[in-house]
Amino acid sequence: MAESNIISPENLVYEKTSVMTDRVMHYCPGCGHGTAHRMLAEAIDELGIQGDIIGVAPVGCSVLAYYYFDVDMQEAAHGRAPAVATGIKRVLPDKYVFTYQGDGDLAAIGTAETIHACNRGENILIVFINNGIYGMTGGQMAPTTLPGMKSSTSPRGRDVSTMGNPLKITELVAELTGTYFVTRQSVHAPANARKAKRAMKKALEYQKLNKGTCFVEIVSNCPSGWKMTPAQSNKWMEENMFPFYPLGDIKVPEQ
Amino acid sequence: MKGNEALAEAAIRAGADAYFGYPITPQSEVIEYLMRENPADRTGMQVLQAESEIAAINMVYGAAGCGKRAMTSSSSPGISLKMEGLSYIAGAELPCVVVNVVRAGPGLGTIQPSQSDYFQAVKGGGHGDYKLIVLAPATVQESVDYVKLAFDLAFKYRNPVMILSDGIIGQMMEKVELFEQMPRSNKEYEWATLGKKPGKNSVIVTSLQLQSEEQEKVNLRLQAKYREVEKNEVRFETYGCEDAEYLFAAFGSCARITRKALDMARAKGIKVGIIRPQTLYPFPVDEISRLAGQVKGILTVEMNAGQMVEDVKLAVNGKTPVEFYGRFGGMIPTPDEILEALEQKIIGG
Repeated sequence: MAESNIISPENLVYEKTSVMTDRVMHYCPGCGHGTAHRMLAEAIDELGIQGDIIGVAPVGCSVLAYYYFDVDMQEAAHGRAPAVATGIKRVLPDKYVFTYQGDGDLAAIGTAETIHACNRGENILIVFINNGIYGMTGGQMAPTTLPGMKSSTSPRGRDVSTMGNPLKITELVAELTGTYFVTRQSVHAPANARKAKRAMKKALEYQKLNKGTCFVEIVSNCPSGWKMTPAQSNKWMEENMFPFYPLGDIKVPEQ
Repeated sequence: MKGNEALAEAAIRAGADAYFGYPITPQSEVIEYLMRENPADRTGMQVLQAESEIAAINMVYGAAGCGKRAMTSSSSPGISLKMEGLSYIAGAELPCVVVNVVRAGPGLGTIQPSQSDYFQAVKGGGHGDYKLIVLAPATVQESVDYVKLAFDLAFKYRNPVMILSDGIIGQMMEKVELFEQMPRSNKEYEWATLGKKPGKNSVIVTSLQLQSEEQEKVNLRLQAKYREVEKNEVRFETYGCEDAEYLFAAFGSCARITRKALDMARAKGIKVGIIRPQTLYPFPVDEISRLAGQVKGILTVEMNAGQMVEDVKLAVNGKTPVEFYGRFGGMIPTPDEILEALEQKIIGG
């Protein structure tokens, strides 16, 4: 089949959601952010809430998320997204509010804001991208960096005796009374991406119930920071990240 | 009413949409009053005790980004923690009101009153080239009236406004006339994130510009705004300046003590006037410069180690001698001390 046939309208099986802009993403090849963005955007689209949602972007690789989501967004200071989201939700309780944060933002500098927003049960969705590294600043050790994992600030591998242990913040927030739905997903393969989308869609639907914080972790890769090809990074993630950060629901609402 | 409580009541009456705070002496009565008063029932105003001053100012950022009238208050060490957020709010050009009931520093310092956060308030405080509009009340009445003024200025210029109070004004009780309850605004600003409107671009609240050319444009826009503020919003009070041979410069509660020293000096036949800047930024440069041409010397009196005196000197620009008298660490100068300083440093100097 000629290439022109593939892109002809009658052959379209999958459309780009209008909740994503046409802007070319700055993410590295093979990075999970693009897919994670798209899954969240599709969830927003399917719920028909593009005009009723406000997002909060973090500091980190996804600092420019507001260029890619075609929804109203605020850019928070490093780690403060859950506090900014709290401020938004408290004055606009009828709107949907989400944060999109990486591991350094959410689980290091923003730990207090994360835990207390979850503990108050703010009716927001927190999307947590965990790739075990600071991507934007050039591959430094993150709170979620695995034991022995190399980064530019743990060049001989993370030595937990001096550098501390990786923080399973998702399990931690699941323990809090204020969280309603806590799950860990990935977007490295189509089936996983679809599952992640379903989780984020469910989390947004729950927001209308005013039952508490929904927290969706997405274990992801960082080919540039991990110094791997995209394919290698996905394999490495499956072999190393998933055993430590097992996928699946951690806290589900009681039926 | 007690200063802090009157200020809290003024926030409700000014039609504030939200207050986010964290307890710290000597301003905890602000959030205590609001929690007790439960303005959600009166006006729908939201009040939340945050986990930290950092979280509180970022909640203000979020609410302000939705075009709402948001406020926080704290005292010196807590205000330091808010400086990151204030820089972001100034950078993103959002309106908000921040109250600093100043206590003495540095560090944990003491809970006693001080004016030692003048530099932090008027010179920016956080990172980057930005300005807060700074109002300095000298009475409980002014603390009340300035809450309303602060919201008006914040929205007029889309800029954070700080009310630089101190432990004296926050803790003392005075008669106060409260303005009538104003309705909360339901205005939808085009720069506010309220949900994307069909056919319109999405609204982005940010202080980030990766390209230097773009960031410089932001800085130029901010500077143009500050020039407008300097042109339009200078507020000050003078007393006894018509025939003055000498001049006091003082702000806030310290100006009231200095005013007492002025009366004592006048009783002794010393012709001294006082200028009390009510806006510390913008600073009454022109009026001080004008008075500098008239008097033989200026004594700046502050409850710090000498901060506003630098701005007085810049305004005077060598026209007349400028001296300083201050007490700090939570100590409060007496009128006698101030008069003595005037006689020794200015008249006898």
